[in-house]
Amino acid sequence: MKNKVVTLGEAVNRIKDGASIMVGGFLSVGAPVSIIDAIHKKGIKDLTIIANDTSVPGVGISKLIAAKQVKRVIVSHIGTNPETGKQMMEGSLDVQLVPQGSLAEKIRAAGAGLGGVLTPTGVGTETADGKQTIVIENREFLIELPLGADFAILGGTVSDTFGNTFYNQTTRNFNTLMATAADTVIVETRKIVERGELDPNQVMTPGIFVDHIVRSNSNE
Amino acid sequence: MSNEKVIIAKRIAEELHDGDVVNLGIGLPTLVANYLPEGVDIFLQSENGMLGVGPAPEKGKEDPDLVNAGGAHVTARRGASYFDSATSFAIIRGGHVDAAVLGALEVDQTGNLASHKVPGKMIPGMGGAMDLATGSKKIIIGTLHTNGGKPKILKKLTLPVTAKGVVKMIVTEKAVIEVTPGGLVLKEIASGTTVDEVVACTEADLMISPDLKKF
Repeated sequence: MKNKVVTLGEAVNRIKDGASIMVGGFLSVGAPVSIIDAIHKKGIKDLTIIANDTSVPGVGISKLIAAKQVKRVIVSHIGTNPETGKQMMEGSLDVQLVPQGSLAEKIRAAGAGLGGVLTPTGVGTETADGKQTIVIENREFLIELPLGADFAILGGTVSDTFGNTFYNQTTRNFNTLMATAADTVIVETRKIVERGELDPNQVMTPGIFVDHIVRSNSNE
Repeated sequence: MSNEKVIIAKRIAEELHDGDVVNLGIGLPTLVANYLPEGVDIFLQSENGMLGVGPAPEKGKEDPDLVNAGGAHVTARRGASYFDSATSFAIIRGGHVDAAVLGALEVDQTGNLASHKVPGKMIPGMGGAMDLATGSKKIIIGTLHTNGGKPKILKKLTLPVTAKGVVKMIVTEKAVIEVTPGGLVLKEIASGTTVDEVVACTEADLMISPDLKKF
């Protein structure tokens, strides 16, 4: 079976200018910070980033935004990173804000082969602009379409060499959803063990979803 | 910490029941956890994927993997659980949160909430606020009564709506207001204030409860 464990350099070489990338993590907790740093250093640009938020200054995705490597973000919240708001106001960064629960379901839908999801969230608000609505049992729902990406880069805690991955505590967040919804999935993980050494009960991302595994440089 | 915020947090804490699943918004709402009445034990839910959020850890014992939705280090209480964002929002949107305590930029007399955007000035994104406001069983707004003297409780929102007709209760440093199908009912006023004073700083129409209480 193909060896999925690659170096950081090999993993990042697959990502080209203009790629769409899902990034796991919530305010960078559970984020693949070594991969993000490598994308930053390599200067890969014109990226579309799909994530919960744009992190805080100096950590994770915010480095890519500060370096103007990102042309579009699809996120639920940008309030913790003033640079995102600044670039949005200047018109240099396209910011699409999605309610957090809808973002999760859009990604899940893409990974699960669904044509979209129906949600009451956002009905009657700006979030509904341009979207179809449907009434079911006298309640109005928005049709939120699936959201996939070229790449998903994820922050695991322990992975085996097949890609089975465990996420510790609150690092799970969007990681398990994004693992299902991208053409190429790269897991950065703190600890790599042999196939079979990770208890199947602990597997949160089954290895079949994972294409490449990278050891994290992060100490955390 | 302003005394007004403490007054609000203490009053909201009385609305929570033993065993409730509660989501506290960032800022003033998080204070509510400090003032729970004796014998009331609640499960705090955090959007990033946790139930059973405990207090901040001692200095030096922070765990980088264990944070709340504001990114602050927390602890896990006995019986806590972790889950992914889809499960987190199944709890939120699916009606499994008994009460959400949220801040507000504006609330209007039909229970519409504006909390996520001031066009041209503040566009942080809605985060989980739209889902919380849509799916929680009871939305309690904890807010200062005015924004530097400018009313926040209005006949009609001026800011973009976050969720329509969802607010059940508004607690300020001056008043407890219930949102009913017929409009806003002033249920309680803070000690040291008067009905006239509350009415004067509220733009919305207020019906005064015949059973008006002080808190």
